[in-house]
Amino acid sequence: MTARADASIDIAAGRANRSVLSRFWERNGAGYMFLVPWLIGFFGLTLGPALISLYLSFTNFDLLREPVWVGTANYVRMVTADPKFAASMRVTFSFVLFSVPLKLCFALLVAVALNRGMRGLPLYRAVFYLPSLLGASVAIAVLWRQLFAADGLVNMFLANFGIVGPSWISNPNYSLWTLIVLSVWQFGSPMIIFLAGLRQIPADMYEAASLDGASRWRQFYKITLPLLTPVIFFNAVVQTIEAFKAFTPAFIISGGTGGPINSTLFYTLYLYQEAFAYFRMGYASALAWVLVVIVALFTGFAFLTSKFWVHYDD
Amino acid sequence: MATSVTLTKIVKRYGEVEVIHGVDLEIVPGQFVVFVGPSGCGKSTLLRMIAGLEPISGGDMLIDGERMNQVPAARRGIAMVFQSYALYPHMSVYKNLAFGLETAGLKDAEIRPRVMRAAEILRIVPLLERKPKQLSGGQRQRVAIGRAIVREPRIFLFDEPLSNLDAELRVQMRVEIAKLHRELGNTMIYVTHDQVEAMTMADTIVVLNGGHVEQVGAPLDLYNAPRNKFVAGFIGSPKMNFLEARLEAVDGVGSALSVAGTRMILPRAVRATPGSSVQFGVRPEHISLSEADGLRLADLRVDLVEQLGGATMIYGTTADGQTLTVSLDGQQDVARGSTVTAHVDPRRVHIFLEDGAAG
Repeated sequence: MTARADASIDIAAGRANRSVLSRFWERNGAGYMFLVPWLIGFFGLTLGPALISLYLSFTNFDLLREPVWVGTANYVRMVTADPKFAASMRVTFSFVLFSVPLKLCFALLVAVALNRGMRGLPLYRAVFYLPSLLGASVAIAVLWRQLFAADGLVNMFLANFGIVGPSWISNPNYSLWTLIVLSVWQFGSPMIIFLAGLRQIPADMYEAASLDGASRWRQFYKITLPLLTPVIFFNAVVQTIEAFKAFTPAFIISGGTGGPINSTLFYTLYLYQEAFAYFRMGYASALAWVLVVIVALFTGFAFLTSKFWVHYDD
Repeated sequence: MATSVTLTKIVKRYGEVEVIHGVDLEIVPGQFVVFVGPSGCGKSTLLRMIAGLEPISGGDMLIDGERMNQVPAARRGIAMVFQSYALYPHMSVYKNLAFGLETAGLKDAEIRPRVMRAAEILRIVPLLERKPKQLSGGQRQRVAIGRAIVREPRIFLFDEPLSNLDAELRVQMRVEIAKLHRELGNTMIYVTHDQVEAMTMADTIVVLNGGHVEQVGAPLDLYNAPRNKFVAGFIGSPKMNFLEARLEAVDGVGSALSVAGTRMILPRAVRATPGSSVQFGVRPEHISLSEADGLRLADLRVDLVEQLGGATMIYGTTADGQTLTVSLDGQQDVARGSTVTAHVDPRRVHIFLEDGAAG
C-alpha cells in the first residue's frame, strides 16, 4: 500500500516537473532559439578560442605536432631573450602615444568647427567620416604607400618648392610617422562622437558665459572641454584599444616585415609573424595574452583616473 | 543706482519672418517689469534682445539713454537668470558664482567678499563647496540668482526662472525675488507665461501677444480696465467669462444690452452702434447668486461644482447654451444639476467690440 502510494507520488512529481519544464519552454523557447546563433558564435568563435589560446600560451605548438607543455617559458623568453618583442613594444607604444592624442585633437578640432551651425553640415560630416570607413582597408594602405614613396605624391608636391623629400616609408626615421599620419587621417569616428557630445551641451551655458564676458577660447576650455570629458574619455579608451590592435597599415606598408629596421614592427604584426610565418603558435598565443593584459591595464588605469578629470552631470 | 531701458520700434526678424513688430516701451529706473503672454508671443525674444543674446533687426534699444543695439552682451551691464539655471555642472557653487568675476580679471581678494555677500543674501553659504547636481531645484535657482547678483549689474533679467520648480517652491521663490528687488533696488525685467506671477510680482506688466504689446500698466489697472479682450482673458484667474451679446440702445449715460436672453442696463455709454454684436465680459469672482448683489444676468444649469475650501467654483450653462464660470467666497452648498440665477454688478461688466477692443 505504502509502496504504491510512493510510486504515485513520484509519478505526480514527474508530471509536475514536466509541466514546469514545458511551461518554461512554451514561455521562453522562442527567445532561446533566437539566442542560439549568438551563443554558438560566442562559445565557438570567441570564448572557446580565447581559452584555447590561453592554454596554448603555456605550450610549444607548431600546428603539426601535439602541443608540448612548457609552463611559463614563453613569457620568460619574451622579457629575457627576445629583442624583437622589445622592439615591437617600443614601436607600438610610440604609435599609441602619438597617434591617439593627435587623432583626438584633430577630431575635436573638426567637430568644433562643424558644430558652428554651418550650411551643408551633413555633407561635411559624411565627407570627413569617409576615411574612417576606408582607412583600415588594404586599398588605403596601398594608396598610402604610393603617397609616401620616394617618387610618391608627397614628394612631387614638395618638389614644387624645391624640396627633395626622402622615401618616407623606407626611412626608419619617418616610416612610423607615415603610419601615425594615416591613423590621424581616420579621425571620422571620434569626430562624429565628439560632434554628438558637443550637441548635448546646452546653448544657455554659452549664453551665460558670454553675458559674463567669456571669450570664445575661455568658453572652450572652461565649459566645452570639461563638459565634453565623458566623450573624450570614451574616445580615448576606444582609440587606445584600436591603436594597440592596429595591424593592416603596417603589414601593407612594410610588406609584412615591420621594416625598415623594425621601425614599423607593430606588436600585432610581430605576433602575426610568430604565428603564421614561423608557426610558433604557443609563443604567439603568449604574445596575444600579454597584449590583452596591456590593454586591460591601460583601460583600467583610464577608469581609475577618470574620477579626477571626467565630469558627469548626474 | 537704478537704470532705465527704452525700446523704440523694436523689430525682430528671422529671415523673412517678423516675430516682434515694432515694440515701444519705457522702463522706469528701479521698476520690476514683467513681460507676460502666451507661448510664442515674443516675450523671451524681447528679453534676449535686451540682453544682447539676439541681434535687434530694427528700432533702438537704449539703456540709460545710451544706444545698445551693437554693444556686446557682456558690456551692457546686464545679468540674466535662465529658465534652466545654466549652472556649470563641473564647477562648485563658489566657482559658479565667481566665474563672471574671474573672467573680468578680478583678483581673489576682490572676488571672495562679493561671492560671500551674494551667498549670504541668498542663504547659500553652506552650499558653496557643492556641485549643482547635489542641490535641490530651489537651491539651484538661488545659485543662478546669486551668479547674477555677484556681477552687480545695472539690470537683472529673468527668463521664466520659476517654471521648473514645484508649486510650493514657486510661491516661496516668488516672494524671495520680490524681496530681493526691494533690497537691491535695481531695474528688473522678468518673463513669465504665468499671469499669477505677473500680478503678484510686477510694478508694471507688459502683456504681449503675437509680437505686439497689447497693454502696459500696473497689475490692478490691467485687471480693472483691460484695453481689449485678449488682456481681459489673459489677466485674472480664473479667466474672465465672455458671453455673446447685442447692443440694443445707447445714450449719453447708459446702454441697453441683450445678453443670454436678459435685457441689461449698464450705467455707461458703450462705444458701438445699436444693433451691433458685442462681447459681454464678467469675471467669475464678480458674479453672485444673490439678488442683492446686482442685476439678474441668467439662469444657469450647474454642470460641475468644485469645492476649494476657501472658494466654490461653479461651472454652468445658460439657457441659450453659453458657458459661465462663477467663483463664490467660502463653501457654498450648490448641487450639480440644479439651476441657479447669476447676478452681476453692472459697474463691473466689461464690453468688447467686434475687433476685441474695450467698448
